[in-house]
Amino acid sequence: MQDFGGAFVEAFSRVLAADADLVEIVVLSLRVSLAAVGIACLIGLPLGAALAVARFPGRGVVLVLVNALMGLPPVVVGLAVYLLLSNAGPMGVLQLLYTPAAMIVAQCVLVTPIVVALSRQIIESLHQEYDEQLRSMGLSRLQAVPTLLWEARFGLLTVILAGFGRAIAEVGAVIIVGGNINHVTRVMTTTIALETSKGNLGLALGLGMILLVLAIGVNAAVMVLRGADRTAHA
Amino acid sequence: MKRRPFPARLGRALAAGLVALVAIANPSRAADDRFIIVQSTTSTQNSGLFDHILPIFTAKTGIEVRVVAVGTGQAIKNAENGDGDVLLVHAKPAEEKFVEEGHGVARTDVMYNDFVIVGPQDDPAGIDGTSDAVAALRAIAEAKAPFASRADDSGTHKKELALWREAGVDPTAASGSWYRETGSGMGATLNVAVGMGAYVLTDRATWISFANKGDYSIAVEGDDRLFNQYGIILVDPERHPNVRAEDARTFVDWMLSPEGQAAIAGYEIDGLQLFFPNAPAPVVKG
Repeated sequence: MQDFGGAFVEAFSRVLAADADLVEIVVLSLRVSLAAVGIACLIGLPLGAALAVARFPGRGVVLVLVNALMGLPPVVVGLAVYLLLSNAGPMGVLQLLYTPAAMIVAQCVLVTPIVVALSRQIIESLHQEYDEQLRSMGLSRLQAVPTLLWEARFGLLTVILAGFGRAIAEVGAVIIVGGNINHVTRVMTTTIALETSKGNLGLALGLGMILLVLAIGVNAAVMVLRGADRTAHA
Repeated sequence: MKRRPFPARLGRALAAGLVALVAIANPSRAADDRFIIVQSTTSTQNSGLFDHILPIFTAKTGIEVRVVAVGTGQAIKNAENGDGDVLLVHAKPAEEKFVEEGHGVARTDVMYNDFVIVGPQDDPAGIDGTSDAVAALRAIAEAKAPFASRADDSGTHKKELALWREAGVDPTAASGSWYRETGSGMGATLNVAVGMGAYVLTDRATWISFANKGDYSIAVEGDDRLFNQYGIILVDPERHPNVRAEDARTFVDWMLSPEGQAAIAGYEIDGLQLFFPNAPAPVVKG
């Protein structure tokens, strides 16, 4: 178990020393994943709500598809985004490959289906509950979407956290489109992969623990916000 | 339900979210940053060579060098797509093909080191201390001793396959039994090999800097066939207009210059030199 012991020592000594490289990597990880989740929510929450209330032919097929896309392998997404952003690809002119923006795009593709599928589920239940009330207010199904989103906000926070968990933890996509370039596109997960391949298993594990602490921090912050919001509306 | 405050609040939440998003995603780096992208191999990165020499180059020229470290096969593929300005890899035939096909301006030797076969202390194939790589592989195959292969079309993998061909053994027939194809980078393959007690071919630089050696040591070294030459290529700006030609040429010229070559030679771990510069002598201009 010496690796675990060493990992703790390594992780704590780095945190205590506020290692500049480590801080940079942590900040970039958070920036990329939070931005990806933010964009995924802008697209995914309205789409999920619309899917929840709309009735159209082929809806069942769309739901199956969206649910299946939650399981998209990151490495496949990374490859697809690479082919799009490559100079030989259709969007090469944007010059986004090997930048944090490319990593945000890739994580956004991974997270959006999760946000759509889970928010659809939550809002559909809510809609069934309030259907008559909403109709008595003279709202059409689509007009009810903003109201439903607001009423479902606490449940949707969990959806957003699930998306964030997926984004901050994945390595397969960002390592392809970001290139794991030192000081430019190196994030926590790609650093862990790199240190593992250097045989620095203790350091890699220590970084993994810091990543875990980060995830706990973000989740706790959301819980606190949620508590404050509930109190304010009580 | 007389009041309908929800959409209004939702709008506010949305606006706040957008502001936060722009703040997060806003790139902190200035757009006029001068940089080039070098497609290279895991061995040069994992060994720490770039961390040693690139700051010297950047301090002198103000050009930042961004290294994408992947297997040689993937590095060449990326450069063929125009996703790199300079290619620095170690598989001469593939590099020459890259230039012949018009993707690169010219290929130049820049440095070398050598490959070694490392193995566990109990040495099931009895090859420890020998210097004939081909005979060693034959002994491994006969003993059916575990051997871990990169199997990822990297420079090291290409070298390994060439050695098997010379040994007259087709190890892929035994894939899954004693011949284990990891399909991973050098470091990941070393981790796997050490974990399962398999022999493995590795470049010396990665091996020296590798920190998870267990009871492993070098079994076979010193064979001329284990020579490991690195070449440097400027990606052709005529074929790939996105190439930052001027800065990339500055980098290539510096790597081949006496100063760059001295920087490469100056990189040591525990007193051991990892790469040996061997660029052709510079042509003295009138």
